[in-house]
Amino acid sequence: MASPIHSTNNQAESVVVQLFAKAAELTGTRQMTLHLSDEETVGTLFRRIAIKHPELGELKASLRFAVNHEFCDDTRRLNAGDEIAVIPPVSGG
Amino acid sequence: MGRLIKITDEPISIDEGVQHVESHLNGGLVTFTGSTRSSTRSKSVKYLFYEAYVPMARSEMAKIADSVAETFGVQDIAMIHRIGKVPIGETSVLVAAAAPHRAEAFKACRYAIDTLKDTVPIWKKEFFEDGEVWVGETPAGKPKHA
Repeated sequence: MASPIHSTNNQAESVVVQLFAKAAELTGTRQMTLHLSDEETVGTLFRRIAIKHPELGELKASLRFAVNHEFCDDTRRLNAGDEIAVIPPVSGG
Repeated sequence: MGRLIKITDEPISIDEGVQHVESHLNGGLVTFTGSTRSSTRSKSVKYLFYEAYVPMARSEMAKIADSVAETFGVQDIAMIHRIGKVPIGETSVLVAAAAPHRAEAFKACRYAIDTLKDTVPIWKKEFFEDGEVWVGETPAGKPKHA
């Protein structure tokens, strides 16, 4: 089962998640700090975020993720201090 | 000479990009500019707003410059993207590529703008009289043109 999301200032066991564009708008949040669970991956972390923010549902299929400024898939293991980005379809240019 | 990668909330200077890649070794110089259109899907656009994940956007643009150097041998490339509110008719993106001969300059410029639009985390929002919408149907990081 998904564990609850805790806000924390404990950098030793937490990660920062940044949300952009439509993902930020739907959730009303640009940044969250989350505790890492055991064996946390991008996928397990995002599932916890999506439970707290069901409004992300419409975007889910098109979202990509980055860890420390590099695109990655949702099996990527997370370490304390990682910076995770929730990236909707890009549209620069 | 060399590369210029810039994300700015100021108007883009085309001269800045061009001058950066000019050199007496480069016989060909290709510039692409993208600008904000007043109409999309037959709706009238008032202005656009661009948001960037700046540190990652810069590193993705640097990867494009790396690929351009590796694939086409083109070292002299400028990529400038504007963010924030951009009025209609202004330049939102500039790519300038220069090489000894035109073929490589054209290829480098085309590759750079196509890849930028597919992989660089920048988002565009269109503002209409009666609403606003984030643009973008292509999932990021899956280049169509690579």
